[in-house]
Amino acid sequence: MEPLRELTAVAAPLLRDNVDTDAIIPSREMKTVSKTGLADGLFAGWRYLAIGGREPDPAFVLNQSAYAGARILLGGVNFGCGSSREHAVWALHEYGIRAVIAPSFAPIFAANCIRNGLAPVRLPGEAVAALAAHVVVAPQSRPLTVDVVHSEVRAAVAGAAGSGAADTLRYPFVLDAESRDMLLEGLDAIDLTLKHRADIDAFLAADRAARPWIHLGRTSQEPNP
Amino acid sequence: MAPRTLFDKIWDQHRVRELADGVALLAIDRVFLHERTGSVALKGLAAAGRAVLDPARVFCTMDHIVDTFPGRGDATRMAGGESFILETRAAARAAGIRVFDVRDPQQGIVHVISPELGLALPGATIVCPDSHTCTQGALGALAWGIGSTEAEHALATGTLRVKRPRQLRIIVDGRLAAGVTAKDLALFVLARHGVAGGDGCVVEYAGAAVRALDMEARMTLCNMATEFSAMTGLIAPDEVTYDYLRGRPYAPQGTGWDAAVASWRGLAGDADAVFDREIRIDAAEVTPMVTWGTSPQHAVGVDAAVPAVGASGAAPEAHARALRYMGLEAGQPLASLPVTAAFIGSCTNSRLSDLRRAAAILRGHRVAPGVRAICVPGSMTVKRAAEAEGLDKVFTDAGFEWRESGCSMCFFAGGESFGPRERVVSSTNRNFESRQGPETRTHIASPETVAASALAGHIADPRRIVRSAVQAGEG
Ligand code: SF4
Repeated sequence: MEPLRELTAVAAPLLRDNVDTDAIIPSREMKTVSKTGLADGLFAGWRYLAIGGREPDPAFVLNQSAYAGARILLGGVNFGCGSSREHAVWALHEYGIRAVIAPSFAPIFAANCIRNGLAPVRLPGEAVAALAAHVVVAPQSRPLTVDVVHSEVRAAVAGAAGSGAADTLRYPFVLDAESRDMLLEGLDAIDLTLKHRADIDAFLAADRAARPWIHLGRTSQEPNP
Repeated sequence: MAPRTLFDKIWDQHRVRELADGVALLAIDRVFLHERTGSVALKGLAAAGRAVLDPARVFCTMDHIVDTFPGRGDATRMAGGESFILETRAAARAAGIRVFDVRDPQQGIVHVISPELGLALPGATIVCPDSHTCTQGALGALAWGIGSTEAEHALATGTLRVKRPRQLRIIVDGRLAAGVTAKDLALFVLARHGVAGGDGCVVEYAGAAVRALDMEARMTLCNMATEFSAMTGLIAPDEVTYDYLRGRPYAPQGTGWDAAVASWRGLAGDADAVFDREIRIDAAEVTPMVTWGTSPQHAVGVDAAVPAVGASGAAPEAHARALRYMGLEAGQPLASLPVTAAFIGSCTNSRLSDLRRAAAILRGHRVAPGVRAICVPGSMTVKRAAEAEGLDKVFTDAGFEWRESGCSMCFFAGGESFGPRERVVSSTNRNFESRQGPETRTHIASPETVAASALAGHIADPRRIVRSAVQAGEG
């Protein structure tokens, strides 16, 4: 997985609450057993004029030239709710999105983001609104920076007219150390965990004695005898 | 030792070791897969050259895309759907995993078959790349939905790296009235506290009204914890749980059973255990509920009107958008809204008790002209049990289609749907835009309400029919 340390990019506001993973990628767009080939289906129900069609709906934010190249999404409350489908994150990632900034995330979606090098940045609703208000004025010249190293979102703001001084909007966010390390290092969680293989084996040996009903027969293609 | 909740006890029992910052390496007792998302995980694992640590504790079913018409095979209504089934079957067999395959007599929706086969057990940790895994928390298990990458991790290591969640207790006092079900309670909680209300917490459902629910009703309640944006829901095991599990195929038997129950009795939370948050609900306030919008929190009593913008707690824009999608206007009474389809099925409401209650309403009646009605039992075991008591006849005599088990039209995979702008009253769990098919309009309700509405041809209060049936019987 590719590490995510600091990202400065165009941000697109999609400030609806409860954007569900069926909306991020409809089931009908998940056509094969694959983690790729999903970007075209991203937000298909909103992005295209007709269901199943590919003619862009000009009203949808990601179709507007002002937001071309967007790699950050600004979202509403409970972003990524609904189905656990990781395809939602794979589709976002393949499209180019590397961070979603929202007041809250559905738990499975947030975990899926971390596993795929996409930052789920939780900021208060007012902060997300302020960032959106800042961005919409001139999206291409007002990019946002998501800094995972320092756990903050930044936006450069022009100073008072004539002063020439630039100021910066800063919003710190909280990411637990595990998630942060995963993003920063692009680590493979399985490799990390397998370093504890001895602990896992010791746990299982003790657990087989303590809770034998959990440990079905090695060849348990059939139920317990 | 400090007093502990049910969740604390399960957590402690499964902690292999602490990792950084409140994250623990947690042992996973059961992994379930299905052809929709599990197939990707198995393929990913194989591609990375990794093996499944303990295949005997991993199970796979074909439920999501599989056809539900009688006489089905591997072909699906969804173009290309068959490849999901074939690839999943091949990958699962190669990994040595038990598959509840298309023609297996124990096939069914993952969250229906896991409890019914005795695979979900109190105190167990259970994961599946499917958000409704929380259903299985009804047995006192810690069961939650994950993504495919985390599923690969669970398969390869028998563990997951889990950030300890906060805990919320929902206490439901009193007793649900006759004709009011666990589904109505779940929708009531969502309407009152919103779909973001669970905010990643583990939710323990407690209180007299929850204790009074039978096992299948508890599954219905826990099923919608994911709609609440909770990590999962769970209910402390008790005699209802043990009675339900005793003798199930994968449940412990004989002396093993006694030892297990003795251990499970210690799982219930200590009386003075502390939760991060608490919500209290008076069961007497809950009435049959139906959704009017495109989020499960857009729910009101079946005798209410479509709420005005601002009255729902939803943002005005979202509210207006939902009304537009649903083809409704604020102030319209829901109870006379014509429907063109009725669906009974899904991991929320497709178990034997659900079908019995719906059949009690349908018996001796016909669905209204112009209504397409479908019943999809949650598992082949449920289907056989229903047929053994003649419920299939009740459904088909009433004009319902009677299908093979699967998720079917709970969601639109690309095959079958009710059609654009068709209005469906449905015993499922999600009324998202296009969830049941492009532009299909979904009203979620209990199986009773679905059955009553199918007969009436419009959304209907099941209590009226139950009452009049009782009166007719008495008269
Ligand atoms: S029945 Fe519906 S909600 Fe349940 S597992 Fe299947 S698709 Fe998901």
